[in-house]
Amino acid sequence: MTLSQAEVAPVATAPRGLRAYAQDWLPRLVLAPSFAVILLFVYGFIVFTAYLSTTNSTILPRFDFVGLVNYQKLFAQPSWWTALKNLMIFGVLYIGICTGIGLLLAIFLDQKIRGEGVLRPIYLYPMALSFIVTGTAWKWFLDPGIGLEQVVQNWGWETFTFDWIKNSRMAIYTVVIAAVWQSSGFVMAMFLAGLRGIDTEIMRAAQIDGASALKLYRRIVIPMLRPAFLSAFVVLAHLAIKSYDLVIALTGGGPGRATELPATFMYSYTFTRNQMGVGAASAVIMLAMVASIMIPYLYTELKHEARS
Amino acid sequence: MHKRFLPLIGSVAGLAMMAGAAVAQDESVEVLHWWTSGGEAAALNVLKENLEAEGVTWQDMPVAGGGGTEAMTVLRSRATSGNPPTAAQMLGYDILDWAELGVVGNLDDLAAEEGWDDVIPAALQNFSKYDGHWIAAPVNVHSTNWMWANKAIFDEVGIALPTSFDELLAALDKIKAAGYTPIAYGGQPWQDATVFEAVVVSTAGPEFYQTTLNEFDQEALTSDTMKQAFESYGKLKDYTDANTAGRDWNLATAMVMNKEAAMQFMGDWAKGEFINAGKVPNQDFLCARFPGTQGTVLFNSDQFVMFQVGDEARDAQLKLASAIEEPSFQIAFNKVKGSVPARTDIDDSEFDDCAKKGMADLAAANEGGTLYGSLAHGHGAPAAVKNAVYDVVTRFWNGDIDSADAAAEELATAVAAAQ
Amino acid sequence: MTGAAAPAPASTVLVRAAIYTLLLIFAVYYLLPLFVMVVNSLKELNEIRQGNMLALPQQVTIEPWKSAWSTAQIGVQPTGLRPYFLNSIMMVVPAVAISTLLGALNGYVLTKWRFRGDTVIFGLMLFACFIPFQIVLIPMARILGMIGLAGTTPGLVLVHIVYGLGFTTLFFRNYYAAFPTELVKAAQVDGAGFFRIFGRILLPSSGPIIVVTVIWQFTNIWNDFLFGASFADFDSLPMTVALNNLVSSSTGVKEYNVHFAGAIMAALPTLLVYIVAGRYFVRGLMAGAVKG
Repeated sequence: MTLSQAEVAPVATAPRGLRAYAQDWLPRLVLAPSFAVILLFVYGFIVFTAYLSTTNSTILPRFDFVGLVNYQKLFAQPSWWTALKNLMIFGVLYIGICTGIGLLLAIFLDQKIRGEGVLRPIYLYPMALSFIVTGTAWKWFLDPGIGLEQVVQNWGWETFTFDWIKNSRMAIYTVVIAAVWQSSGFVMAMFLAGLRGIDTEIMRAAQIDGASALKLYRRIVIPMLRPAFLSAFVVLAHLAIKSYDLVIALTGGGPGRATELPATFMYSYTFTRNQMGVGAASAVIMLAMVASIMIPYLYTELKHEARS
Repeated sequence: MHKRFLPLIGSVAGLAMMAGAAVAQDESVEVLHWWTSGGEAAALNVLKENLEAEGVTWQDMPVAGGGGTEAMTVLRSRATSGNPPTAAQMLGYDILDWAELGVVGNLDDLAAEEGWDDVIPAALQNFSKYDGHWIAAPVNVHSTNWMWANKAIFDEVGIALPTSFDELLAALDKIKAAGYTPIAYGGQPWQDATVFEAVVVSTAGPEFYQTTLNEFDQEALTSDTMKQAFESYGKLKDYTDANTAGRDWNLATAMVMNKEAAMQFMGDWAKGEFINAGKVPNQDFLCARFPGTQGTVLFNSDQFVMFQVGDEARDAQLKLASAIEEPSFQIAFNKVKGSVPARTDIDDSEFDDCAKKGMADLAAANEGGTLYGSLAHGHGAPAAVKNAVYDVVTRFWNGDIDSADAAAEELATAVAAAQ
Repeated sequence: MTGAAAPAPASTVLVRAAIYTLLLIFAVYYLLPLFVMVVNSLKELNEIRQGNMLALPQQVTIEPWKSAWSTAQIGVQPTGLRPYFLNSIMMVVPAVAISTLLGALNGYVLTKWRFRGDTVIFGLMLFACFIPFQIVLIPMARILGMIGLAGTTPGLVLVHIVYGLGFTTLFFRNYYAAFPTELVKAAQVDGAGFFRIFGRILLPSSGPIIVVTVIWQFTNIWNDFLFGASFADFDSLPMTVALNNLVSSSTGVKEYNVHFAGAIMAALPTLLVYIVAGRYFVRGLMAGAVKG
């Protein structure tokens, strides 16, 4: 195959036969099933849920329209406001810290580190563990009676306290600690894949031009990782919104309802409290919140790509 | 799986019957439950073996977690997909909610045949029946207003078991002075509610309990009596240790067993823990009603709800229901579980002393009309209201509500909103 | 940067020492809970009750492991986790394979075969990643019931494929976006068709992203509890439901040692995937793809 750097004439000027026509439609045909499936099972269900939020569904869906009563009930719940506040705190810290740590570790590991083959799985493995049990391990770890506080005190620092998990105000930060532990390794892997996909030619050219390492990274590498940032953000935001198992295993939503998050709220109202209408309303609100962040972000990212 | 193609199999079975041959009965039952730990699972296994002796295969569908919350979620999904299990473990008002959906079966013939109406307490029947028809087979009766005490500590400090709330406070003071943690407490919403409802009965009397936590009369909920109940409940906090938040109930029981704490207020499943650890009633631990609630029994009962299954599965389902109420199973299961049999005509000789007391209390309360459904365990109100109460009680306990007065007001509002 | 000469300043001893130290500190943060779990899974129960969670076992015992595998109480039968592993594997392997393949094809289409509206379609597929699973449960149960897949492994596989598509498409799409389009166009001129280009040009260079995608999908599907519990019957229950039964029982002594042994056991297949997949995590598959 002779490859020339010159622009090749676009396919459109090739003779339009049946084969070319099929080639035009083949990509769309390949994409179509996935898209159709998502339209039905995601957007169809979202519409269904939105409809449910206007009904008086209790234990299973019911179809008697009651207007926006469920939304009123929703926002009258103190635990819903707690959940939203917690989501802000947790979301910002979790996404920020994971991205920071992930990027840092990926860049470091990319520096021809000896033992990369050992370190990489060490950073990655926490994601393999189901939170149904690692929640217990972290619960122990953070428990003042048997965990870190007691261990450090036994080592001699009598005044050391670390009872965040039992403290209504601080408990949400323990959830951050455990969640960051679980996911930052995967973020690192995504950035590492992105780094490994960067053409060495470009980097070498910049080095020859005399760029220092820091500038190299700031001006060239990190901008080229924009798609990886998008992936990382999506993954982390998804985990932040859906963290149900983690919270239940670690704090059970407590102390009291101090670590309530929208995911636990939604589950509890839909299934435990037999108030599916309110649960559906909370789901709609959450999706709206996510959309309000993701849509602008996606728009700018995809526009940016189209331009570059 | 026979349940998925009901119409098809129904007609096939019909044809087979018409052909005069013995119908191919699907002699298997799929049972959804959350009894997955050592003792109780072994006890349930007795039922499995009894059924196998009758030629019925047991297909186990265990889903642990949250005292049944996960199992109930799974049940919704199964029912919606048209594939319900033969029977599912359920508590209290959930049973009635499901019955309202019209997916449960009918056990009237079996109940009449075996005389369930006579031996199962009336208060229990409120949950085993819907619209007058039997839909569930109760397995046991738990009671929630118990106190479990470490005998050694009580002997050491030199106090007798308190019988009123004031006596309780006095005893707690003495224990605290002697250096032990007075109350082993687990800070989870359902545990908060369990203790709270006992306090209500103790300080305000059983009728007040019924009016407020079973009938939710708004005036009673905002009355001074309720405010005092909250205050009394709040007083208990000084007698717990600093690490109560999130503690599982069986860890609190372990504290009592290991002489770290003097007493725990918990349902009689706690007794199951003591027994399984080899402790002996009245030697190692003491059992008594929550001080001030003597004569009242707040109960909850695990029942197996029978779902509508095709005709070919009906025979096995009826055998299951019958086997559940069978005295030998009732004895075997309840000995391990800590609860008392759901039938009042069972001989108590094989049970330990605390269980005997429980059975006697149950019979007395049944006669005397002081057998009330436990709100904290789904027998006082449907799930929405129950959880609304949980919210307020746990917020109060955790200091998120300033005063007992505010708590009572919030309780009334929350309950109204959830109804 | 493997394969290239490292930029000179980064090689100063101090900087590299700092890098190694930081990497090591993080390694400790990640390993500590695992250490707690492993160490305590080898202790007797009373040693756990009395002791320090970080202390090494005084008496090492593998009983908890044997128990978790084959004798722990999961339901009425003390079967341990063993019977459920097969169910999980039969569900995970097809689900991961199919969703990854579809994601790769989708990403390929969305980046190399542009058409009007493809950005919107991508956006829609991407947003689908955020659907909370709780709202999926009831409608999906109804649909599975209608098509007759309720309570079966194929039904579960379908569910996992559907809800993995958003992610797999995202990963591959972003990766292929950085892939030089010149190569594709050149191949077209040479007469290669849609699938030929995919198979001969893109797929071989996709190592790192296949690794990432497979890791993500395998982990999520293997560790999923909600769908597994809701859409499976007694004979297709995945291992996570069994693990949950082992750990979340509401009564009885909490045998922490067995729980930890069970959890690590349950994670072993995923860890295996990580280790095997890691070998493909190398740069250089693309080196030389665009030659001067």
